[in-house]
Amino acid sequence: MLTGLAVEKLGACFGQKQVLNGISMTIGPNLVTAIIGPSGCGKSTLIRCLNRLHETVPGARQSGRVLLDGQDISQMDPVQVRRTIGMVFQKPNPFPSMSIYDNVAAGLRLNGVRKRHRLDEYVEKSLRMGALWEEVADRLDKPGISLSGGQQQRLCIARAIAIEPKVLLMDEPCSALDPVSTGKIEELIQELKKALTIVIVTHNMQQAARVSDYTGFLLLGELIEFDETPKLFTNPRDKRTEDYITGRFG
Amino acid sequence: MTFDRYRRRKRVNVLVSALAFLCAAITIIPLLMILGHLLAQGAKAVNLDFFTQLPKPVGEVGGGMANAIVGTLILIGLACLVGLPIGIIGGIYLAEFGNNKTGWLVRFMSDVLNGTPSIVIGIFAYTVVVLPMKRFSALAGGFALGIIMIPTVIRATEELVKLVPTSVREAGLALGIPQWRVILRIVVPSAKAGIVTGVLLAVARIGGETAPLLFTAFGNQFWQRRLDQPIASLPVQIFTYAISPFEDWHRQAWAGALVLVAMILITSVLTRVVTKGQDRSMR
Amino acid sequence: MSSSEAFPASGVPPRAGGTNVADRLFKGTTLLFALSVVAIMVLMAGAMLRTALPAIRAFGWHFPFTSTWDPVAERFGALPFIYGTLVSSLLALSIAVPLSLGGAIFLVELAPHWLAQPIAFLIDLLASIPSVVYGLWGIFVLAPWLRTTVQPALGALLGVLPLFQGPAYGVGMLAAGMILAIMVIPFISGVSREVLMAVPNSQREAALALGATKWEAIRTAVLPYSRSGIIGAIILGLGRALGETMAVTMVIGNRPEIALSLFAPGYTMASVIANEFAEATSDFHLAALIEIGLLLFGVTILVNGLARLLVWSVAGNGAATVRE
Ligand SMILES: Nc1ncnc2c1ncn2[C@@H]1O[C@H](COP(=O)(O)OP(=O)(O)OP(=O)(O)O)[C@@H](O)[C@H]1O
Ligand SMILES: [Mg+2]
Repeated sequence: MLTGLAVEKLGACFGQKQVLNGISMTIGPNLVTAIIGPSGCGKSTLIRCLNRLHETVPGARQSGRVLLDGQDISQMDPVQVRRTIGMVFQKPNPFPSMSIYDNVAAGLRLNGVRKRHRLDEYVEKSLRMGALWEEVADRLDKPGISLSGGQQQRLCIARAIAIEPKVLLMDEPCSALDPVSTGKIEELIQELKKALTIVIVTHNMQQAARVSDYTGFLLLGELIEFDETPKLFTNPRDKRTEDYITGRFG
Repeated sequence: MTFDRYRRRKRVNVLVSALAFLCAAITIIPLLMILGHLLAQGAKAVNLDFFTQLPKPVGEVGGGMANAIVGTLILIGLACLVGLPIGIIGGIYLAEFGNNKTGWLVRFMSDVLNGTPSIVIGIFAYTVVVLPMKRFSALAGGFALGIIMIPTVIRATEELVKLVPTSVREAGLALGIPQWRVILRIVVPSAKAGIVTGVLLAVARIGGETAPLLFTAFGNQFWQRRLDQPIASLPVQIFTYAISPFEDWHRQAWAGALVLVAMILITSVLTRVVTKGQDRSMR
Repeated sequence: MSSSEAFPASGVPPRAGGTNVADRLFKGTTLLFALSVVAIMVLMAGAMLRTALPAIRAFGWHFPFTSTWDPVAERFGALPFIYGTLVSSLLALSIAVPLSLGGAIFLVELAPHWLAQPIAFLIDLLASIPSVVYGLWGIFVLAPWLRTTVQPALGALLGVLPLFQGPAYGVGMLAAGMILAIMVIPFISGVSREVLMAVPNSQREAALALGATKWEAIRTAVLPYSRSGIIGAIILGLGRALGETMAVTMVIGNRPEIALSLFAPGYTMASVIANEFAEATSDFHLAALIEIGLLLFGVTILVNGLARLLVWSVAGNGAATVRE
C-alpha cells in the first residue's frame, strides 16, 4: 500500500522558543519531497516532528497534527511510528561497537528476526539497495565505523531501509560527503522512490531540483511556498522564495 | 516482518524502566535514613557545652568537644599550607604548559594519588614526619591532610584555568606583557572563583578524614598549645566516642557527627551554588 | 593599571632562544610544583618500602599467604586481612553495581529533568558524608537491624548455604559489605552518569529511528558505546572499597579469622592498620603493618590506573588529547 503523510497546522517549540509555525503540507506517496531553507529555519525540527523524535528533546513541545495515511501519529505508539517512518541523519551515525553486518541487522533483530539465513538475506538486500554491497561484501564483520564517511552514510541508509519502512526521512544526508558519494546517494534516492515515500532536507538547491518531485521552502519556521519542484524553481509565487533560490539571501 | 513480539517488547521496556527507577530510589534511602538519624540523635545531644567545654574524664557526664572543633580547623589550615601551593601552582602548570608527556605523568600520578586510600597516606606522613620527630603532632596530621587535598585542587585549577579563553591570553600578550605576568595577572584572576570552589571542595573532603589522623595527629583531651604536639580533631573524637562503652559518649558522638556533617554539607552545598551561578555567567 | 606595572618587564630583551628569561623561570617554577606530585608518589612508595623492610625480609612471600597474626609472638601473616578486604569489597560491589547502574540509567536516560536533578544531587551528597559518620550509623542503626531482623530472616530462608550460617552478631562481614556498598554507590553512579552523558545523542536517535523502545535504544546504542567507561567506573568503585577504613573498622567486628559465613566477624587490611598502628608493640609489628599498607597501596594503584585508562578512553579529559 502506498503511504503518504499530511501535516496540519504544525507548530513546534524548544522551551519558549517557537521554531515552527502553522505548517501544512501533503507529502504524496512514492514521491520525493524536498525541504529547503536557510540554516536555522527549522528544517530538521520539521522532519523530526514527522517521526516523533522532536518530543524526545527535553523541553520540546508541538501543536497541530501529522497524519500517516489519515491516522494522527500522536495517537499512535511512537515506536510503531518510527518503525514505519525511518530516518537518516545529517552526520552518519553507525553504532561504533557493531560490525557492518550487525549495524544493518540491528533494526531487524529488534523486530524479532533471529534466524541467521533470514538475517543474511535481509542484510544483503538492504546493502544492495543502499548501493554498498559490492564495496563491503567481503568485510561484513569489520566495524561499521571503519568505512569512509560516504560509505558510512550509505550504511546508515541500508540500516534504515532494512526494516522496510514506508517513509524515509533524510536530514541533509549529503552535507558531510564529497560529490561522488553525493551522486551515489542521489541515484539511490531515485531507486528507493519506487518502494518508499521520501522526505529530504537539503541545503543544496540543485540537489533539491535534481531529486525531488515536490519542494517546500521554509523560512523562519513558516512554510513560505510548497509546490511541484519544477514550478517552484522556475516560477515561484512568493518574492521571498525567488530571492532565496536566486541566492539573494540566506 | 513479525510484530507479535511487540507487546512483549513494550512490557520489557516498562519493566526495565520501573527497575531503574527503583534502583535510583533505593540509592537515596540510606542517605535519607542517615540524615534523619543524625538530625534526631544529634539535635537531642547538641548543646552549648558541646561547643565550649573540653571533654570530661571517663565516667563523668557532660563536657564538649570545643578543642576538637578548633583542632579540626587548625589541621585544615595546616593542610592548606601544604596542599594549596602544590595544587594551585601545579594546576597552573598543567593548564598552561601541560600538553606534553610531563603533563600526562603529573595528571596520572595525581589521579592515582586521588585513589590512594587515605590510611596509606597516613602511613606516609607517619614515616616522614612522626618517625623523625619521634612524636605524634598536629604538623604530621596537617601534612597528611594536605597531601590528600592535592589531587582535587590540582584538577580544579587546571580545568578552570583552561576555561579562560585564548583570546584573553592573546590580548595580554599582544600588549607586550610577558607570558608569566599574563598568566598571573590576567588568566588566573579570571579563574579565581572556580579555584576557590575547588579548594572548598577539597576542604570539605579532608574535614571528615579520620583514618590518616589516628596515628599522625593522634588525639588530645585538652587544649593543644603547640603544633608539634598531638591535637584533637572532630572525626577522631567521634570515632573514639562511638566505639567506647559509655552511653554519654555515644550521645556526644552523635552530636559531633551532626556538627561535622553540617559543616561539610554547608561547605559543599555553598560551593555548588557558587559554581552554578558561575556556569551560567560563563555561557 | 596593571598594564603600566607590567610595561617595564616587557623591556627585558628576548634571548637568543626566543623566550623571555622571566617566562622560563616561571615555567620552571610551576613545573617544579607539578613534579612534586610525582615526587610524593615515589617518596611514598620508597618510605613505606624502607620501613616495611624488616617484615619483608623476615616473611618474604609467605606474608600474604599466612594466617597467623600474633603481635606477642611476633609472627605475622596477612591472609585474613586480605581475605576480609576482598570479600567485603566484592560483597559491596555486588550490591552497589546493579543499584548504581540502574540508578544512573534512570537519571540519564529515563527520568525527566526536574526529577533527575534533585535525585542526582542527593546521591552526590552521599559522597560528602565522612566515613566515620557512616560508621557511627553502622554501629547504632545498621548492625542492630541486621542482628534482629535481616540475619534471622536470611538464616531461616537461605540457612542451608554456608554463607548464611552461624550466630547473628550484627557486626561482621555482611554489615561491612552493606556499609561499603552505600559508600561506593555515589562514586560508581557518578562516574557512570558522566560516561552515559558522554554518549552522543545521535546514537540514541539512530536506535529510536529504527523503532527501538527506550530500553532497546539503551541496550543497543547507549550501553555498548559506554561499556569500557562503565567498567572503569566499577573498578574505580572497587578501588574505593578496598581502601575504605573507618566505617568498615567500626562494623566488621575486627577478628583476624577466615570464616565462610557472611554473618561472622572479619578484619580488613585498612582496619588492622587503623586499629593497631598507633599502639604497635614493637618496630617489627609496625613493619608488618606497613607492609600491609604497602600491599594495599600496590593493589589500589593497579586498580585505579586500570580504571582511569578505561574512563579516559570514553569520557575524555585533558589527558586524552595528549595520549593521541
Ligand atoms: N535542542 C534545541 N534546543 C533549543 N533550540 C533548538 C534546539 N535545536 C534547534 N533549536 C533551534 O531551533 C531552530 C531551528 O533549528 P533546526 O535544527 O530545525 O534548523 P535547520 O533548519 O535544520 O538548520 P540547519 O540547516 O543548520 O540544520 C534554530 O533556531 C535552533 O537554534
Ligand atoms: Mg538541520
